[in-house]
Amino acid sequence: MEINVEHVAKLANLPLDEKRLEILGKQLTETLLYIDRLNEIPTEDVEPTSQVTGLTNVMRDDTVSDSLPQQAALENAPDTYNGYIVVNAIFEE
Amino acid sequence: MKLYELTITEARKGLLEKNFSARELTSACLERIKAVEPKLHAFVTLTGEQALEEAQKADTLLGSGDVRPLLGIPISIKDNFCTNGVRTTASSNVLRNFVPPYDATVVRLVTEAGAIRLGKTNMDAFAHGSSTEASDFGPTRNPWNIERLPGGSSGGAAASVAADEAIAAVGSETAGSIRQPAAWCGVVGLKPTYGRVSRYGVIAMASSLDSPGPITKSVEDAALMLEVLAGHDPMDATTSPLPPKPYRKLLKEKRENLTIGISDDYFNGVDPEIVAAVQKALQEFERLGHKVKKIKLFDPQYAIAVYTILQRSEVSSNLARYDGIRYGFGRDAFGEEAQRRIMLGTYSLSAGYYDAYYAKAQKVRTLIVEDFERAFQEVDVVIGPTTPSTALPVGSSKDHPMFGEISDVLVEASTIAGLPGISICCGFSKELLPISMQIMGPYFMEDLILNLAYQYEQVTDWSNRKPNL
Repeated sequence: MEINVEHVAKLANLPLDEKRLEILGKQLTETLLYIDRLNEIPTEDVEPTSQVTGLTNVMRDDTVSDSLPQQAALENAPDTYNGYIVVNAIFEE
Repeated sequence: MKLYELTITEARKGLLEKNFSARELTSACLERIKAVEPKLHAFVTLTGEQALEEAQKADTLLGSGDVRPLLGIPISIKDNFCTNGVRTTASSNVLRNFVPPYDATVVRLVTEAGAIRLGKTNMDAFAHGSSTEASDFGPTRNPWNIERLPGGSSGGAAASVAADEAIAAVGSETAGSIRQPAAWCGVVGLKPTYGRVSRYGVIAMASSLDSPGPITKSVEDAALMLEVLAGHDPMDATTSPLPPKPYRKLLKEKRENLTIGISDDYFNGVDPEIVAAVQKALQEFERLGHKVKKIKLFDPQYAIAVYTILQRSEVSSNLARYDGIRYGFGRDAFGEEAQRRIMLGTYSLSAGYYDAYYAKAQKVRTLIVEDFERAFQEVDVVIGPTTPSTALPVGSSKDHPMFGEISDVLVEASTIAGLPGISICCGFSKELLPISMQIMGPYFMEDLILNLAYQYEQVTDWSNRKPNL
């Protein structure tokens, strides 16, 4: 099994060096080999389960309620300006 | 008996009868923490001063006749529950400076019930692991033998209870993270039905599986804690609208002639000492008037594969939010285990692989759910060992990408199905390490598994043993 670990790291937005990628690649392959045993189980006519206790389409009441004050919501941000969170520019001038 | 050794039930009695004050009880726990914490490292953050202030208030309220179920009881909280104004790290470097602006629902509930919060307990970073060795802040040690692991991910929680640092603990389980450390530390661990206890304010790991629950010194304490924690929460749409039950009252109802299912696959490859102890426990249940019946359950080996895909996929999605912009540190701060899980999850959810992995796993999940449904038509509960081995040596989880899955093999199937389970001590190995069994029941039948666990606890004395620290 050949996994393009560099591509996966890019999708996951993880900054990993080559050495780490190599180790992770090996471990991923090892884990996927283990997982492959699922193919021994036929599932053609089986519906997938994503919610185990049978709840469907849970709605909340459409009412206005208090939210966190701005000050509290910004408290953990490393950089703020005038009530906004400062981020790195992603467009070039 | 020292105050810190008390169960919730005993401490509550003492507080209500004014044999001691909440301040004395809290001070006793804080002294105990001071004495044993250098050996154990069960806590990431201690809030001793705050605890003493809360205890002072609790004493005033106790004096005025307040009888809330946890009033004046010092407990520990796993560090993946948001605590307003108290650092919450999930034992990860990514969140090492994160101070939440709100309480998780379970934190709010225990606080409203009057509990005193001693601090936040250590865990595998982001709950990724079954050893507490994958904590970015160093491992927790097992109180029964500090060269051994406490299990995980709620390893700090289980150790804090086993070592009498806290009277009880709030932990969380995705697959095994309550039952397995409770088993290795010889305390009671209850994993409720998925959706019985709110996930609001939990640092999410695998959202379709995460289940907060108690770790306690006795079964009665677990029932009391569940009464406090269980219930519908508008902040978590996956919580059940079914009303919780009076678990403490139902504990003492006489339930006889139950059928206990056992499956060979849950005993194969398990340490012979553990098999022997669980078989002895089953004989005890027969003496109590119950029947033991052999059944065939889905091979737990397949559950590992299903769990690995579901969990890694949901992890990669949940951990995508950590960008270091709004809070915490950036994606370079993830430890090795988180990297490994994010990578596998990203791969299994990526274009071209989704059907082969995530969709396939969700289908086998259906088969596992149906398998348990069939079993529970034949039997009332299923009993087996909680873990295939007793506590393993410190260092065992290093460079072993499937360590957690192998140590949690016996709990993963029931977790995938979202069923409740309780782990209780049923013996000790030659090396004097705790051995535990688990009782698994149908959806929302926490009262039944608690009742059986309580029956067993009444005729045995394993829970009276204390580690020599």
